[in-house]
Amino acid sequence: MEKKKLVIGVIGADVHAVGNKILYHAFTDAGFEVINLGVMVSQEEYIEAAIESAADAIIVSSLYGHGELDCRGFRDRCNEAGLKDILLYVGGNIVVGKQPFEEVEQRFLEMGFSRVYPAGTSPETAIEDLRKDLRIE
Amino acid sequence: MQAILLIDFGSTFTKVTAVDIEAGQLIDTASSYTTVETDVGEGLEFALAKLKKQTGLENFQKRLACSSAAGGLRMVASGLVPALTAEAAKVASLGAGAKVMKVYSYQLIDEDIEEIANIKPDIFLLTGGTDGGNQDCILHNAGMLVDCKADFPILLAGNRSCAAECEKILSKREVYRCENVLPQLEKLNIEPVQRHIRDLFLRQIINAKGLSREAELISGIMMPTPAAVLQAMELLAKGTDSRPGLGELFAVDLGGATTDVYSMASGAPTLENTVIKGLPEPWAKRTVEGDIGMRYSAAGISTAVGLERLSQLSGLKPQKIVEMIKHTEQNPDTMPNTPEQSALDFALAAAAVETASARHAGIIEETYTPLGQTWLQSGKDLTKVKTLIATGGALIHNRDVSKIVTHALYNESVPESLRPKSSRILIDRQYILSAMGLLSIEYPDVALSIMKKELEDVSI
Ligand code: B12
Repeated sequence: MEKKKLVIGVIGADVHAVGNKILYHAFTDAGFEVINLGVMVSQEEYIEAAIESAADAIIVSSLYGHGELDCRGFRDRCNEAGLKDILLYVGGNIVVGKQPFEEVEQRFLEMGFSRVYPAGTSPETAIEDLRKDLRIE
Repeated sequence: MQAILLIDFGSTFTKVTAVDIEAGQLIDTASSYTTVETDVGEGLEFALAKLKKQTGLENFQKRLACSSAAGGLRMVASGLVPALTAEAAKVASLGAGAKVMKVYSYQLIDEDIEEIANIKPDIFLLTGGTDGGNQDCILHNAGMLVDCKADFPILLAGNRSCAAECEKILSKREVYRCENVLPQLEKLNIEPVQRHIRDLFLRQIINAKGLSREAELISGIMMPTPAAVLQAMELLAKGTDSRPGLGELFAVDLGGATTDVYSMASGAPTLENTVIKGLPEPWAKRTVEGDIGMRYSAAGISTAVGLERLSQLSGLKPQKIVEMIKHTEQNPDTMPNTPEQSALDFALAAAAVETASARHAGIIEETYTPLGQTWLQSGKDLTKVKTLIATGGALIHNRDVSKIVTHALYNESVPESLRPKSSRILIDRQYILSAMGLLSIEYPDVALSIMKKELEDVSI
């Protein structure tokens, strides 16, 4: 079967590079084809990469606390660009400080993200979810 | 003596260059008007007669030619995302020496197909999708192109997963399949497309451009002139197995209608904490500014930099500049015979060089994060490039050439533009770069030593 394709990167002006490299290896080892855009990735860059490569999911990382601002309007832009049903995951340290995760999750779900992860989520959790969402046996 | 003749069928001049291979020397050059309307052979004969008068030579062991006559190699390209496959297709075409008439992205519509029919390109480059990526766009575009009223070959260089299907859709047209220009987002793959473009140029476009009779007299390579210039620059930068080159270089070719800029450089970041954005850059890169030129595109220069800037550079009043530019565009033969015209020409040339070089070079943006500065680079960082070459009729005959081309260098008032900071300036006074590019294919050592000798250092 053809490999499912993921576009990954760290959004906004965020330069935390270590987690991104770990995710790249984890997803690649799990059998995905991974297009890694690295750090400081704009919404536009994720979307363009996903269009050109016909990706199945976009995995957004945000570590520095401005995730909510950076992710605003992401789903709308995907829709506008014709990426109608693309999976959109977000994780890392997506907001500043200690806010109840359920509220944070709710806000990101309303923004159109398919799945939202609290700090400290391991890549394996996301991999399992991807297998479910993309119906990989 | 072993004499070789190098011919450049230009849009206005046909230029011949004679080289002595044994002695490794330039013998002489001559030129005459190109005669596309009648038969390009006529212009060539005039030029050869001149050369014979100057040197007594009429027999050559070989004749090699390049051409930009009859509009050059005119191409149209299409891709999917403007910044990705469409850009890759454009970069590939320019690097093959083409004149890129138009680049489309996303799905072609009826109006586009009509426009393409009117343009009547020599080649259409159809791309879109990385390998295994998007198929819808290129399949749709193939379906649109198949009924385009004009006759032109289509070069297919998109997503390989649907290449066969595209070929089938286009089967009633002349279509060639080659490797994807952008197989992965991190990997630009322009050489296979460029080889195909040169092949097509050789096999058919030469006929269409009325050069076939000449082709019989010519023993070897025929290629588009800019491709020959690019070859020369690459050799000059890299050197040969036995002789070193000059290292990374930057070059500006200022013409009457367009301005070409070349860089032979990796363009890797020179600052720490730099994040690179955008497509990977080809080491040998050519860009063309169709709106920037000394005569036919003089108004384009004014639009690009503004009257204020031209006034500042020339010392002329804005109103006067407007009048003079109008006159210049209508009379492209205008010579800088008056102090005012000289002043305007200086300003136009400096502004053209400034604009075209800035568009070619990369850009760096400073972003402040709580931990301090970080840099975002798109395009090539050329700040450490140490050689700048000036070529093109509008520069090489100008007395102020070194002053003009310093405008291609780094400018403190636009620090984001990553142009060379301290370069020596070499001028192609004899206008031999295209000839040396042709020569370099078989005689790289001779071509390199002639260029090293003939390019004149005019650094201030
Ligand atoms: C090293 C580091 C830096 C380095 C980064 C160097 C580099 N180029 O990578 C530097 C010094 C540059 C830096 C700067 C800043 N940092 Co810092 N940094 C850290 C630190 C100590 C470690 C980060 C790291 O590499 N972790 C190891 C990797 C493996 O883990 P990770 O990045 O979290 O990634 C994993 C998971 O998050 C998860 N994951 C990530 N994305 C996703 C996505 C999905 C879908 C899923 C499921 C999982 C997932 O999987 C990854 C792999 O296991 C953390 C604290 C910490 N211990 O985490 C702070 C931390 C991330 N930084 C922080 C901050 C605030 C900053 C600064 C804003 C200011 C500052 N204090 O210096 C700047 C921002 C700069 C910028 N523009 O991005 C805060 C963020 C707070 C918040 N979000 O509320 C943290 C949490 C420290 C803290 N407790 O205050 N930082």
